[in-house]
Amino acid sequence: MAKTHVTTTINGEPTEFLCDASQTMLDVLRDQLGLTGSKEGCGSGDCGACSIMLDDRLICSCLMLAVEAEGKKVETIEGMAHGEQLHPLQKKFVEFAALQCGICTPGFLVASKALLAKNPNPTETEVRFWLAGNLCRCTGYDKIVRAVMEVAAEMRETAR
Amino acid sequence: MSKGKYKWIGTRPDRPDGADKVTGRARFGADFNMPGQLVGKVLRSPHAHAVIKSIDASAALALPGVKAVVSAVDFPDQPNLIVPTGEMQVNLRDITRNVMAREKALYEGHPVAAVAATTEAVAKAALDLIKVEYEVLPHVIDVADAMKEDAPILHDHLITEGVKPAPTKPSNIAKRIDNLKGDIEAGFKQAEIVVERHYTTQAVHQGYIEPHATLASAAEDGQIQLWSTTQGHFQVRGFCSRLLNIETSQIRVTPTEIGGGFGGKTVVYLEPIAVRLSQKSGKPVKMVMSRDEVFRASGPAPGGTVHVKIGAKRDGTIVAAECTIALQAGAFPGSPVGPACWTSFACYDIPNIKVVGYDVVSNRPKVAAYRAPGAPISAWGVESTVDILAQELRMDPIDLRLKNAAKKGTKTSYGPTFDTIGFVETLEAAKASEHYKSKPRAGMSRGVAAGFWFNVGADSSAAAHVAEDGTVTIISGNPDIGGSRASLALMAAEELGVDYSKVRPVIADTSSIGFNFVTGGSRVTFATGLAVVNSVRDMIRELKVRAAKTWGVDPDGVIWEDGCAKPAGSNVGEFEPLSLAQLAATAGRTGGPINGHAQLNAQGAGPGFGVHIVDLAVDRDTGIVTVDRYTAAQDVGTAIHPSYVEGQLQGGAVQGVGWALNEEYIYGSKGRLDNAGFLDYRMPVASDLPMIETILVEVPNPHHPYGVRGVGEVPIVPPLAAVGNAVARSTGIRLTDLPLSPPRLSAAIDAATPRMAAE
Amino acid sequence: MNDIRYSAPHTIDEAVGALLAAKGTGRILAGGTDLLVQMKAGMALPGAIIDVKNIVEMSAIEDKGGGAFRVGAAVSGARIGEHAALKKAWPGVVEAINLIGSKQIQGRASPGGNLCNASPAADSVPALIAAGAIVAVHGPNGRREVAVEKIQIGPGKTSLQPGEIVVSFSLPARPAGSSDAYLRLIPRTEMDIAVVGCGVSLTMKDGVCTAARVGLGAVAPTVMLVEAAGAALVGSKLDAEALEKAAAACRAVCKPINDKRGTIVYRTKIAGVLLKRVAAIAAERAGGR
Repeated sequence: MAKTHVTTTINGEPTEFLCDASQTMLDVLRDQLGLTGSKEGCGSGDCGACSIMLDDRLICSCLMLAVEAEGKKVETIEGMAHGEQLHPLQKKFVEFAALQCGICTPGFLVASKALLAKNPNPTETEVRFWLAGNLCRCTGYDKIVRAVMEVAAEMRETAR
Repeated sequence: MSKGKYKWIGTRPDRPDGADKVTGRARFGADFNMPGQLVGKVLRSPHAHAVIKSIDASAALALPGVKAVVSAVDFPDQPNLIVPTGEMQVNLRDITRNVMAREKALYEGHPVAAVAATTEAVAKAALDLIKVEYEVLPHVIDVADAMKEDAPILHDHLITEGVKPAPTKPSNIAKRIDNLKGDIEAGFKQAEIVVERHYTTQAVHQGYIEPHATLASAAEDGQIQLWSTTQGHFQVRGFCSRLLNIETSQIRVTPTEIGGGFGGKTVVYLEPIAVRLSQKSGKPVKMVMSRDEVFRASGPAPGGTVHVKIGAKRDGTIVAAECTIALQAGAFPGSPVGPACWTSFACYDIPNIKVVGYDVVSNRPKVAAYRAPGAPISAWGVESTVDILAQELRMDPIDLRLKNAAKKGTKTSYGPTFDTIGFVETLEAAKASEHYKSKPRAGMSRGVAAGFWFNVGADSSAAAHVAEDGTVTIISGNPDIGGSRASLALMAAEELGVDYSKVRPVIADTSSIGFNFVTGGSRVTFATGLAVVNSVRDMIRELKVRAAKTWGVDPDGVIWEDGCAKPAGSNVGEFEPLSLAQLAATAGRTGGPINGHAQLNAQGAGPGFGVHIVDLAVDRDTGIVTVDRYTAAQDVGTAIHPSYVEGQLQGGAVQGVGWALNEEYIYGSKGRLDNAGFLDYRMPVASDLPMIETILVEVPNPHHPYGVRGVGEVPIVPPLAAVGNAVARSTGIRLTDLPLSPPRLSAAIDAATPRMAAE
Repeated sequence: MNDIRYSAPHTIDEAVGALLAAKGTGRILAGGTDLLVQMKAGMALPGAIIDVKNIVEMSAIEDKGGGAFRVGAAVSGARIGEHAALKKAWPGVVEAINLIGSKQIQGRASPGGNLCNASPAADSVPALIAAGAIVAVHGPNGRREVAVEKIQIGPGKTSLQPGEIVVSFSLPARPAGSSDAYLRLIPRTEMDIAVVGCGVSLTMKDGVCTAARVGLGAVAPTVMLVEAAGAALVGSKLDAEALEKAAAACRAVCKPINDKRGTIVYRTKIAGVLLKRVAAIAAERAGGR
């Protein structure tokens, strides 16, 4: 069967691609568009390593068909930094050693950014439950949660 | 912290690969591609135990897009020869059979054949077209069952090692280990109290988030390029060389960034298959495991049984200790029962010890190393038993441990006598902690347990290069699994007396640096760190020669201080110090490039000890455990980059909490794994946990210039018993079988309170 | 895998047409959080995927006043959780829907999908049953309305006829003093499938329970309405005796299995434990305790 032509926006860039109806957004991002920052840890929505934003909504790109991107706005980890400037969450994750191996880090960053957009003043419990869909096997989550809380506090300070 | 003593060591700068890792730029195993690459897929046995009668791949090969099919016939058979790999040993005869089943499929998920095709869809379709004729055999999953007289036998050639006289019949017991110290019978005679219990644990998976992945490109002239997510690219090279009869130097393995390993990426699964498929197809072949495959066919750590008996005086002095440990090896011999035995009583100075271990095969995936392999299992038994002893003697559990703690000069049951160790200091730090001094919050109960790991040294190579502008590249050969680039760079900066930002650490492929043993055994910061320090010292020696040449003095008259060459004294002459940048700028005139090299087999890895404290609540109606507070104290030698040291303690503790509470391999009646996914293999999620407090106790290792001890493995040893001890103190019920999952805990509570159960 | 026909119709009739045309191989795509997992595992090999998110009626939340709502079957959990009025009126239904998976899953997963996947452990279904939700089903013969508990008929099986699609859920108006709650038992705090799930909707007047419905999940091949449990609560002040009677009614209807998620004994016991806890939360919310 012929492939489907999809017109979408990825990290602010108008993007077109061809895909099969069975392909996931994650497959297209990684294999066709060269955006390998989104990772596949499970392919079943249980690890969050493939987290992206779809029309400002946090989702697992492994559980989205690529054809569904038509006319939508997709944001990935590759769009998080601006030029030479890392996003405050990216900076804080490095500063706080909130990553060890780093495979889960893109997913955590995308999810954390989504949290702070919705709730700029989360409690530790809220951060932990929001990030429960992102598995990390290295850090025990401690430094990740601290980094997110710290960035939230700094962003509130800046916004004042 | 070691601040003050050092300029860089003990500080917390950003890791050199930080920006790459937070932007998605870092390239992990599945992120490598080559033009024209094929997709490789593995056909796996659906049976736990079956004779492979025939394999017919003709229909698969006829499918358009299929470029190669391999099965056992494509791999040369191997001799019965044991080689080390990480902290475990493997037999070449077995490893080739684990990579690709030969006579029999020995576990569900065992590779039987593999294909390379133009697309993933074609590769999957091709797998369905390979006809394998099996003769299904009775299987055995459980260790205790596998040890029974009438158990199905996995290997007809397997005669138990370590038993005299040697058995005449094959069995599933591959090996028996005996450790003896003192006189166990006389010891127990002195005991005024004896505690004895039988414990079990289930198999658990390392649970790295990145599945195994590799990309192989075999050229027509026999040269092989391989990219692999591995803890040891030199091991990958070595295994591929052995298993495929290729000269080692013909294979160049580049390690990708690695998305977690915890011991599980110290062996090969896909790499030899990918190389063979690439050879046969003439194209690069990329292979990536699914999560399902990771669970069914890689890892896991063994489950097993631990029988512990401890005898003590009324004052708490332990006079005799005995344990018997049987561990799952999986389908091939080689469980970590050795380390399980050796670590079992290593925390304590006990005059009379008897330890017996059994390595048992069954129809499960071949186990791999997992963070302090074997130690958490024996510690679950021993540390629970020590806690019962503390309860029966009405002693504080830390005081009981202090009374019996191993110290410098304590002779272990497995041979060595400890040099400077920090167990007493760690116990004292835990006891003095704010956590331990404050009462558990309302409804919470507290558990304490200790743990030990040897740590490893072994082979490392490193090089240091000065660039034209005086900045430095440090080249080593261990994949950075958790921030080791930062610790290596910190030690190099300290040694050289230059800014951390002037040192760039690089991890080289197998052809670009000398041999390095795996990233494992908590050895990288210790052993490779030592190689880096030595390579920098070699470079400093050369820098002094160049300064001497510049000044026209003897090299012995030059010292290196604060990043500069200086005259050793006024008798040498009056010279302005020469900086690294100045010496680099004039290198062409003083003898050419300035580099340093080092290679070594590191001895004297300092053992580490941990003490964990946990406060938790048990919901008596549901059996749900809620962890409220957790502290991990550990003798870490010197914390080179304290954040990453803390991270090791936190991550290890949480893996241990998962092992204690919910993680387990669950098998169905046909010997098939029932929970091969993150949904039902329940690793801790962020909302399951509190912050993990850490106490870094710095007792420097005398065998390392900066006092480094490995830190990565100790922290997974205490948590199983710490959690179990807290649950026992909360419920009044001593559970001896892991995991303490809600149904199991609830059943135990109901059994102990019959009125409720009858309700 | 490659020969899937994808369509995203804008009307329900087009969707029904596409589903019929697929001759039994069609699958409805709302959030896809079950469908894509099944496709990946090779358990679902659809010939056609009909994406229903462009159908306005299926993607809307309608406040009908007096606590009555119509919720489109394809609305994501995240959107439902953000709807303040719905959350105020039906906190139990909303919390149940919001327990389906992670925040990422919530960005996509829908109550319609949760119902039609027909898992006995579906989180939203016990709460919807307790709520007395009515499902609008659209098919080749037009529209019919059916009680939510009539949709699931077995694990993975629904009573939907060929070409039929679940369009929306109607939550009824309730008298003052009404509320609802949902709890599930999972081994972790998140990311698990319910070992037992229990929803209670009730009305309290002067401290006495005047109406109650109980939905119970993961203890039988389908999620069940436990009428005897509701009846045990009605007329009581939710005292220990009444709660125990209702809990016993829940335990009595359990026909669970032993599996990787729990044992028969455990599930049966927990059904009673949860009933008591959920009833207490619902009563508290209703202001009746």
